[in-house]
Amino acid sequence: MTKPILSIRDLTVEIPTRHGILRPVDGVSYDITAGEILGVVGESGAGKSMAGNAVIGLLSPPAHISKGEIHVNGRRVDQLQGDAMRKLRGKEIGMVFQDPLTSLNPLLRIGDQLTETMLAHLDISRAEADKRAVAALEEVGIPGAAERVGSYPHEFSGGMRQRVVIALALCAEPSLIIADEPTTALDVSVQAQIIALLKRLCRDRGTAVMLITHDMGVIAEAADRVAVMYAGKLAELGPVRDVLTAPLHPYTDGLMGSTPLASRGKARLHQIPGAMPRLDALPPGCAFSPRCPKVQAVCRQDPGPHIEDGAGRAACFFPLSREEVA
Amino acid sequence: MADTSLPEVPVKDPSRLQLALQSDFFYQFKRSPVAVVSFVVVSILILSAIFAPLIAPHDPFDPSSLNLMNGFSAPMTPNAFTGETFWLGTDDQGRDVFSTILYGMRISLFVGAAAVAFAMVLGITLGLLAGYVGGWTETIIMRVADVQLTFPAILVAMLIFGIAKGVTPVEYRDQMAIWVLIIAIGLSDWVQFARVVRGATLVEKNKEYVQAARLIGRTSPAIMLRHILPNVLSPVLVIATISLALAIIAEATLSFLGVGAPPTQPSLGTLIRIGQGFLFSGEWWILLFPAVTLLTLALGVNLLGDWLRDALNPRLR
Amino acid sequence: MALVSVRHLTRIFDVSKPWLNRVIERKPKALLTAVSDVSFEIEEKTVYALVGESGSGKSTIGKMLVGLLSPSTGAVEIRGVDLTRETDAQKVDDVRADIQMIFQDPFASLNPRWRVRDIIVEPVAARGGETTGMAEKLLEQVGLSARDAGKFPHEFSGGQRQRICIARALASEPKLIVCDEPTSALDVSVQAQVLNLMSDLKDEFGLTYLFISHDLTVVQHMADRIGVLYLGRLVEEADPDALFDDPKHPYTQMLLAAAPQLGAFGRDVPPPTGEIPDPINPPPGCAYNPRCPLATDLCRTTRPELRAVRGARVACHFAE
Repeated sequence: MTKPILSIRDLTVEIPTRHGILRPVDGVSYDITAGEILGVVGESGAGKSMAGNAVIGLLSPPAHISKGEIHVNGRRVDQLQGDAMRKLRGKEIGMVFQDPLTSLNPLLRIGDQLTETMLAHLDISRAEADKRAVAALEEVGIPGAAERVGSYPHEFSGGMRQRVVIALALCAEPSLIIADEPTTALDVSVQAQIIALLKRLCRDRGTAVMLITHDMGVIAEAADRVAVMYAGKLAELGPVRDVLTAPLHPYTDGLMGSTPLASRGKARLHQIPGAMPRLDALPPGCAFSPRCPKVQAVCRQDPGPHIEDGAGRAACFFPLSREEVA
Repeated sequence: MADTSLPEVPVKDPSRLQLALQSDFFYQFKRSPVAVVSFVVVSILILSAIFAPLIAPHDPFDPSSLNLMNGFSAPMTPNAFTGETFWLGTDDQGRDVFSTILYGMRISLFVGAAAVAFAMVLGITLGLLAGYVGGWTETIIMRVADVQLTFPAILVAMLIFGIAKGVTPVEYRDQMAIWVLIIAIGLSDWVQFARVVRGATLVEKNKEYVQAARLIGRTSPAIMLRHILPNVLSPVLVIATISLALAIIAEATLSFLGVGAPPTQPSLGTLIRIGQGFLFSGEWWILLFPAVTLLTLALGVNLLGDWLRDALNPRLR
Repeated sequence: MALVSVRHLTRIFDVSKPWLNRVIERKPKALLTAVSDVSFEIEEKTVYALVGESGSGKSTIGKMLVGLLSPSTGAVEIRGVDLTRETDAQKVDDVRADIQMIFQDPFASLNPRWRVRDIIVEPVAARGGETTGMAEKLLEQVGLSARDAGKFPHEFSGGQRQRICIARALASEPKLIVCDEPTSALDVSVQAQVLNLMSDLKDEFGLTYLFISHDLTVVQHMADRIGVLYLGRLVEEADPDALFDDPKHPYTQMLLAAAPQLGAFGRDVPPPTGEIPDPINPPPGCAYNPRCPLATDLCRTTRPELRAVRGARVACHFAE
């Protein structure tokens, strides 16, 4: 197996509050290799974005990494501070967020934003950077790139802005992209364009991608492997086709069942009883146990087996067998 | 879900006070020394102003209790003629400075609070109207507000005070002075309430709960009062507190300039004006103690307002 | 007779700058046609869905139906009463009482300063009705506990809040509920719960829904009849099976192809081209012509009428 670009081991994020310590991310481990898209899926509050923010050092205090290690290209990064972290963010990790406007400086022309990022992280001349900025915009499919480098962010439509953000994330040639709900704010037709763009660029450049989303459809179309999160923990981790068509964790199975599907027609949707527990009211043992159809006594005491790449797929004592998955 | 073990008894809804005591807001208050200290200081000052007749050793408005021989007693020193001792000394007419401060604070606080209340009612009403109705109503209200904002508040207050003084008959002037003062300060202060309420109303009126109320046929006044008003009050509370400090100072300034509270009903500002005449003849206490009281009061209220602004600002949480 | 009949509905918004700015900058008035000549009917006890991307005018139509906006031209008739032209106030009021709405954002649709009980009974209390015990009963009907009535909205999750919104919508015993993206702010598993609840309540109370959504799979699951909107125009209307198996308008075809699909692992199809045009200056003729692979000069000059094609209604010159 090739060496992973991103390797997260036993990552735990804690937030101290007056009601006690919350763990929005609790013992999560996964790897992403070059050219691979890992989909991180979960419901709101499952900790999927928090894990991404931990990797890029953007946890807002008092949230902090309390345990575990993060390696990027073999270098440990979870203890980096200030400048070193900023360097890493631009050079080795690119970011794409849900709202493209938050990633762009509204007062700078997009061409300048691109060249500045490149000059800060790459050893190239100003002229070379200008040339590459136009090329980068062309690559993400912005028509008339040579003229549009002089435009400001507000002169672009939502979909075009997200393309600019992707160009910006990729221009310093990072080895890892963290895309947090990159298409949630976009229309269906534009979403398809952005997903196709991300897939193409990462395949061509061999960039590793962490694609954080709540949309199972996006995961199915874009991801190679998928990590399903529930209440801060990894519930299931594996190749996307296996996890989506034959889930082993009862939560994944429930999630798939509750997604409306063309093939299901108007039949009643499968529904997981209850709701995801709040972080300040987690049940003992497996966090899914109060809602789980297969729950046993042990589930209420023990949080379930730890999983990581190459060691287990579902954090469950009683994974579903193939026959049980309808 | 956590209380499944509890027997099914009808549960009384927790009162708003109970909820307030459990809230993050109260928790933050307990953890902020500045807030607690300024709250305690301001409370003591307000309570002693309210209960001034019970606390004050003398009634400075009762000429029969005054003894001119007690004039110019220094603090904590027995008077040379009568042998009486006054904590904070006496003024030229033998009035106990401590008592005049208590009574003066009463007037200062009353004028300040009433002026802020007046400004608040006016500002909230106009702000709600401007924000909710929009159109020409909004244009007129907000342009008037803009124009008023270009004049210093104290100048506006003096203008109003002057006009009011001109139209009231001489014999009522002293009685009316306090009320004119309240209206003058209030009118110079409504703009910021109106601006903040209008801004908050513009945000709230597009929220879906307001649309829900509209579509079931609630009238505009009902929506403004019952739905929007409770949701725009947090920023108003902050401004009201800070305005209170400013209104107290404005009142003191006007009184100091001689256009405010009359000497028969002296406020802190009037006391300071009287006291400054004796500063160079050595009777420093007549000026100092009212001034320190005014400073403490204004500072305490201001710090409280500052803390409120931070505590109620969702972005800082 | 259909419960709701929408005829040639048009809504134009004035999005110009203030008068003074226009004079100084010498700019003309800017008019945005959010809804343009839309006609459809909703049969009683069915679910009619409007789908479209942002700017398609689907929410504007919903607001005109419940009376939050008035149409520029055209009419909304409910049980034969034209709400904009009817002069008998009593009649209008009766019809209004039969319409309710569920909104998209469960965090903005409940007044944060009100207790849940007061929120739920407001539609009835506003008309002076008796409300004792009503909130508790409704809360249990939507799957919450009667004890929740005394709580404030911030104590609930998004899904629970949406249930409270549904309870409020049910309080006045309406016939028609306009659901404006009721689940798009919710997680998948919560969405399933809310959609199931809405289906159950529809059967139980004999409700009619106008279901507004951008999510094709949700629409397919819920709807009896689907209208597809593009730039304020109804481009296709059909039954779900017909629409999904045999889309006739090129825009519908594009929309279906672009929607992410659960079974389409690593799908690599060329994504659709172009974006939704500026609604202030829509292209002449068919609004979809700049992105349409079939577009001819006819499409660039003449707006196609809706016409019946094999059980559907399609606004395309070339659909057959």
